[in-house]
Amino acid sequence: MYIIVAGGGKVGFYLARELITGGHEVLLVEKSASRCEIIAAELGNVVQRGNADEASVLAEAGTNRADVVVAVTGDDEDNLVICQVAKRRFNVPRVIARINNPKNEEIFRLLGIDATVSSTDLILSVIEQEIPEQALVPLLRLRHADVEVVDITLPKDSSLDGVALRDVRLPPESLVAFVIRGGESLFPTGGTTLRAGDEILALTRPKHEEELRRLFFVARTGTAASRPR
Amino acid sequence: MYVVIMGCGRVGARLARMLVDASHEVLVMDLSPSAFDRLGRDFPGSTMVGNGIDHEDLVKAGIERADAFAAVTQGDNRNIMAAQIAKHVFKVPRVVTRIYDPIRQDTYKALGLDAISPTIIGAQVFYGMLTGEESQES
Repeated sequence: MYIIVAGGGKVGFYLARELITGGHEVLLVEKSASRCEIIAAELGNVVQRGNADEASVLAEAGTNRADVVVAVTGDDEDNLVICQVAKRRFNVPRVIARINNPKNEEIFRLLGIDATVSSTDLILSVIEQEIPEQALVPLLRLRHADVEVVDITLPKDSSLDGVALRDVRLPPESLVAFVIRGGESLFPTGGTTLRAGDEILALTRPKHEEELRRLFFVARTGTAASRPR
Repeated sequence: MYVVIMGCGRVGARLARMLVDASHEVLVMDLSPSAFDRLGRDFPGSTMVGNGIDHEDLVKAGIERADAFAAVTQGDNRNIMAAQIAKHVFKVPRVVTRIYDPIRQDTYKALGLDAISPTIIGAQVFYGMLTGEESQES
């Protein structure tokens, strides 16, 4: 594939290096002459100096035959314009933009840029997985299917301790798919009795996640169960 | 008419004064508070330190009730992004943006953005005054 990488900062540099190692034809476009020299010394003759947001620079870079354009400069507005010009003026089949402000993801989608990568969002999601509130961790979100897989550890004083799964009133469109207990794993049936400490994998709609959380973390006394740490 | 202007440089400040003089309600945004000095002390409109490509800042500026939006910062791409947000996200009825680069102006004109390029206009005026003829380029 012929891939144009716009922006020769750290992200652009390492991305270009990995793509070259992967056997792709790569051209990196960078505006700073000194940055171009450094990159050329490391990666060879794969750098073009210029502003990738200028159509003349993209034309010179052979954008009309590019399979992918990736815009990874530090400025969201530059990445937007690079991708839009590549897509609309040069008919590049696939454009990818790095975004810094996670709120721009929706705006980019509305303006025709479907593939965005936000490092801010990625770090946020990792933090949220590391320190879960009440041990319900969204493991995977299937955006197109509107389904998520969540991981729940049943707290000690949960009202569901000792309750058979068939008697648990799950929220609509939710399913307990898998239970891990003391190193053993089981596919539960209606007769499976839940125990405190069980690690439960459940499928649910994102809109029912909060309801599911409340169900599992209500203590026997009716108040919220202790937060496991 | 309520007009939000993004960028308080020479053009933004002058445009703001022209609009308030014609009794329009105006809010000028800029990243730098000192830029508002250009408006003069007696400027009757509003000013706001903020980023015109930030969704929340635009809401704070009252973009949802704006009749018109002008993007006149120094950066073509900032102007292009802000203008598209105003037009496509907030559905502001009139959106005008400045794009210095003639090729980018051409691209975004084709995409339905009302864009003026001072580069093209300036060069045409110079050409006319120097040669006494009208430029063939548009």
